[in-house]
Amino acid sequence: MKTFISKYRFLIARRITQVSIMVLYVIANVYGINFLMGNLSSSLLLGLVPLSDPYAVAQMFVAGAVLSFDVLLGAFLIILFYMTIGGRAFCSWVCPVNIITDAANYLRRKFGFNQIQKKQPASRNIRYWVIATSLVISFFMGIAAFEFISPISMVHRGIIFGLGFGWASMLVIFLFDLFVLKNGWCGHICPLGGAYSLIGKFSFIRVHHKHDNCTACMKCKEVCPEVQVLHIITKESKPITGKECTNCGRCVEVCDDEALNFSIKNLKKEKQNEVQ
Amino acid sequence: MSNINPQSKKESKMKTSVREPMSERRKFFLSVARATGLAILGGLTWSAYVSEVTAKELILRPPAALDEKDFLATCIKCGMCVEACPFDTLKLAKPGDNKPLGTPYFEPRDIPCYMCPDIPCVPVCPTGALDIKSVQNEKKELDIAKADMGVAVIDDNSCIAFWGIQCDACYRACPLLGEAISVEYTKNERTGKHAFLKPVIHADVCTGCGLCEKACVTEKAAIFVLPRKVAEGKAGDYYIKGWDKNDEKRLESATSQENTTEINKKSAIDSLNSGMEDLY
Repeated sequence: MKTFISKYRFLIARRITQVSIMVLYVIANVYGINFLMGNLSSSLLLGLVPLSDPYAVAQMFVAGAVLSFDVLLGAFLIILFYMTIGGRAFCSWVCPVNIITDAANYLRRKFGFNQIQKKQPASRNIRYWVIATSLVISFFMGIAAFEFISPISMVHRGIIFGLGFGWASMLVIFLFDLFVLKNGWCGHICPLGGAYSLIGKFSFIRVHHKHDNCTACMKCKEVCPEVQVLHIITKESKPITGKECTNCGRCVEVCDDEALNFSIKNLKKEKQNEVQ
Repeated sequence: MSNINPQSKKESKMKTSVREPMSERRKFFLSVARATGLAILGGLTWSAYVSEVTAKELILRPPAALDEKDFLATCIKCGMCVEACPFDTLKLAKPGDNKPLGTPYFEPRDIPCYMCPDIPCVPVCPTGALDIKSVQNEKKELDIAKADMGVAVIDDNSCIAFWGIQCDACYRACPLLGEAISVEYTKNERTGKHAFLKPVIHADVCTGCGLCEKACVTEKAAIFVLPRKVAEGKAGDYYIKGWDKNDEKRLESATSQENTTEINKKSAIDSLNSGMEDLY
């Protein structure tokens, strides 16, 4: 039997990270303790290191804004981190919207909404179309198009600088994910998640599947928010290479058979598999 | 009924069996067409919304902000100017404020800009949407007097100084005392023995900080800051100040265009006898 903590170790760690990042932003704004200034669109770490949302910067670039050195460096650092280490970890370890959609998904499972609506009639590639559309609109209208409608920004900006009617957008996402589409926002539509999927495609930290240990209980597939990345479960021993994997670690902690674990992507083994 | 039903079922079965399964190629084109159509549908709705929300002209930006259009393209909405402001003047537009979402602004009647000499809100801007060069003098020193957040205007119907009541609240509150607002003395003809002390705004000096608006004693401020674009008119290029040597220089590169009008050759008296035809 697993203890409660080990069964939820990544979930707890993720919630702590998500909440403490928000707390750092809030204390910088409210008390002037400037460990981390700004918000998730652009921040200043320790009064020195600029960090910027690469998707927002891409939209600004397309919109024709003259990009400053700081914002380019900030986007570069973020891209570097997620491209080499984090993968799509932004979504499950940083983004506060993840807490809302996880809650919706939990209730979906608990109340059994998944049983009355088994087919999900939407493509998980919508997010890439949204990215393309946002860039086209940004180009023609000369503004960063997604930044004016982004519920993600409404939420983190709301937490740090005051919410206004931002609670409504939180509720919209919650209800959408609960009643309309399973993993609707984060797993289908959100272009920021799409951008981080593309950035983190080749990152080194990956969940690895040990086929020999797997008992095909399918617990991992039940909790995974991007279930298509787990297509190799029960089939082969390989790292999960699907770019939409958010490295949330839910599959690792629900697995009772040690068949899933985080490790550094083992390229050698992968190649061997391909040869076989 | 029972005769017809099996037959029609057979027919429909035959029909479906005749129809060839859709080729992969066709499926691919159809799904691309569908996705493109949906993207256009969503994109048009989206851009209509964005165009609406960014059309707000009546918004005052932090000092050193770029032109509104460039500002909207360049501001990343991080709120670091808001954090840097020691007076909590600056706010980020929230849903419900009906302003371009997430962009910084201020409302002078609530909290004006106190024109800090070190302008803390500007250097922190990571994108240059607040352009530090626009508030620097030739020696690269910060000079908040060069800021241009807007311009104050007076509604002289509600300004009590224009009624003849002595009030110089705005004049005293102005951080560029005597430069951006001066007081003009004119005779009060109503009483015959008093003076009007009328505030006059010098738009070329005014930074739009809004300390006057904050200080104004009337129920709703009689002096208030508007974005320069909203408050100012434009004479147009075709007026040249003949007494201004610099303005006269514009004539040097001017190209001329002559207009000729047919002059009525009839005499003026004939015109009076013409039954007023010419006049109307």
